[in-house]
Amino acid sequence: MNEDKPGALQALRGLGKGLATTAKTLARPAHTRQYPHVEPDLPERSHGVIALLEENCTSCMLCARECPDWCIYIDSHKETLEPTTEGGRARQHNVLDRFDIDFSLCMYCGICIEVCPFDALFWAPDFAYAEGDIRNLLHEKPKLGTWMERVPDATLPEGYARPGAETPAQDADGPVGVTEPSVGEAGSSAEGTDAGDTSSREVEE
Amino acid sequence: MDLPLAVEIILKAVVVLAAFLTLPLAIGQTEHKVMAHMQGRLGPMEAGPHGIAQLVADGIKFVQKEDVTPASADRWVFKLAPAVALIPYLVALAAIPWSAAWVAADVPASLLLVLAVTSVGVFGTLMAGWGSGNKYSLVGGMRAGAQLVSYELPMVLAAASVAMAAGSLSLTGIAQAWSWWWLIWQLPGALVFLVAAVAELQRVPFDSPLADSEVVFGPYTEYTGLRFAFFLLAEYAGIVVMSLLFTVLFLGGWSGPWSDTLGPLWTLLKAALVAILILWLRIAWPRVREDQLQRLAWLVLLPLALVQLALTGVGVVVWG
Repeated sequence: MNEDKPGALQALRGLGKGLATTAKTLARPAHTRQYPHVEPDLPERSHGVIALLEENCTSCMLCARECPDWCIYIDSHKETLEPTTEGGRARQHNVLDRFDIDFSLCMYCGICIEVCPFDALFWAPDFAYAEGDIRNLLHEKPKLGTWMERVPDATLPEGYARPGAETPAQDADGPVGVTEPSVGEAGSSAEGTDAGDTSSREVEE
Repeated sequence: MDLPLAVEIILKAVVVLAAFLTLPLAIGQTEHKVMAHMQGRLGPMEAGPHGIAQLVADGIKFVQKEDVTPASADRWVFKLAPAVALIPYLVALAAIPWSAAWVAADVPASLLLVLAVTSVGVFGTLMAGWGSGNKYSLVGGMRAGAQLVSYELPMVLAAASVAMAAGSLSLTGIAQAWSWWWLIWQLPGALVFLVAAVAELQRVPFDSPLADSEVVFGPYTEYTGLRFAFFLLAEYAGIVVMSLLFTVLFLGGWSGPWSDTLGPLWTLLKAALVAILILWLRIAWPRVREDQLQRLAWLVLLPLALVQLALTGVGVVVWG
């Protein structure tokens, strides 16, 4: 047998320790959470589902191109805005036709949210959106929009008013939280810029 | 109250069968729950309140499964094995007294009968190992055989010590002769018997015949459906029988306050505690290796049992 074999006394002590540990655990309450019956209390910034703030999206395609498994589908077209002043120049802006995230492919890396320069994508903590048919995991623009109401306040862009909220956090003409290409959490950056208001944002081509 | 003999026999058989079918389930459910809570879990919670019907659900599941006999199996041996493993424990349960009056089959040498019959149960495991036509089953079956040969001896010696002390081979006689200081006098024998009983049942820490990390599931590898369930039932019925036997031999069976009326309850309570101890060992301890297992049997348990036998002999001569 081995030289460093534990002696009989040591072995017995080890056996006793095993019994004592299990007995102590028996006396303590279990750690189990009864999930389907009891909702888990998740941190508010849990990575559950990706929400789209459509009016912030400029169809820049950065998210779709950075997505490691190409699960974001974007279609858009250009529209021309007639000049509002005499002798002005006509402007073009992108109109988002389609913004789909295929959650059957998504691996929840969050790169799209990190990379979005316009604070159009957010994490929401909802996770229970399993489907019987895999095709229903393709969340289209309206559905991605509905997740916005689940996005925690702390991550919302400054000046963003939830639909139905009485007053926005700041006055309506204030910055809407479009920031420098964000380094940390979306909307957490303080230096909001003056890039127009949420509903009629324009991008110079 | 005098019943006709036939009615009495049928009634007793039904009661024993009912106990045989419910007590193992109670043990199994206790194991689920105790093991879960010792690991910080809740265990089964969905089937009935606190998962009380979990084993019933398991039984229904097993009944629905296909009963597969491997092509290379020795058909009759393979199919007969679960019955051979299960039925001896039923016979043993009938011969173990719950109190002086509560015994289904009061045989004069019931200790001998119970020990002999529980050893037959092992043939079920051996047959399963041999008949499955599977090398893992065969290795497991051989391990079971080797284990049984080794541990039968200390077990019988420990039981013989109690029989000597009581001057009787009848379980009823042994329990009646018992008095509290036997707890100290027969302590080495009790420890030997308990360890050997756990080994006989092939429970952790002596479950190397079934060691899932080495031989898949040993002799039971090829079994499915109801036959597999019978093996599991045999394991838990074995715990019931061994706990009751330990209670009657070393803990005085039904002796306790108001044992005239509460006798069977005392037996049940003591046996339940022993059974929980056997379950506890599985939860707390790791499996011993095959060579360690043999070493323990021959170099520790056997000498200890012989010492106990000598001690009992001296005691009987001096005080008896």
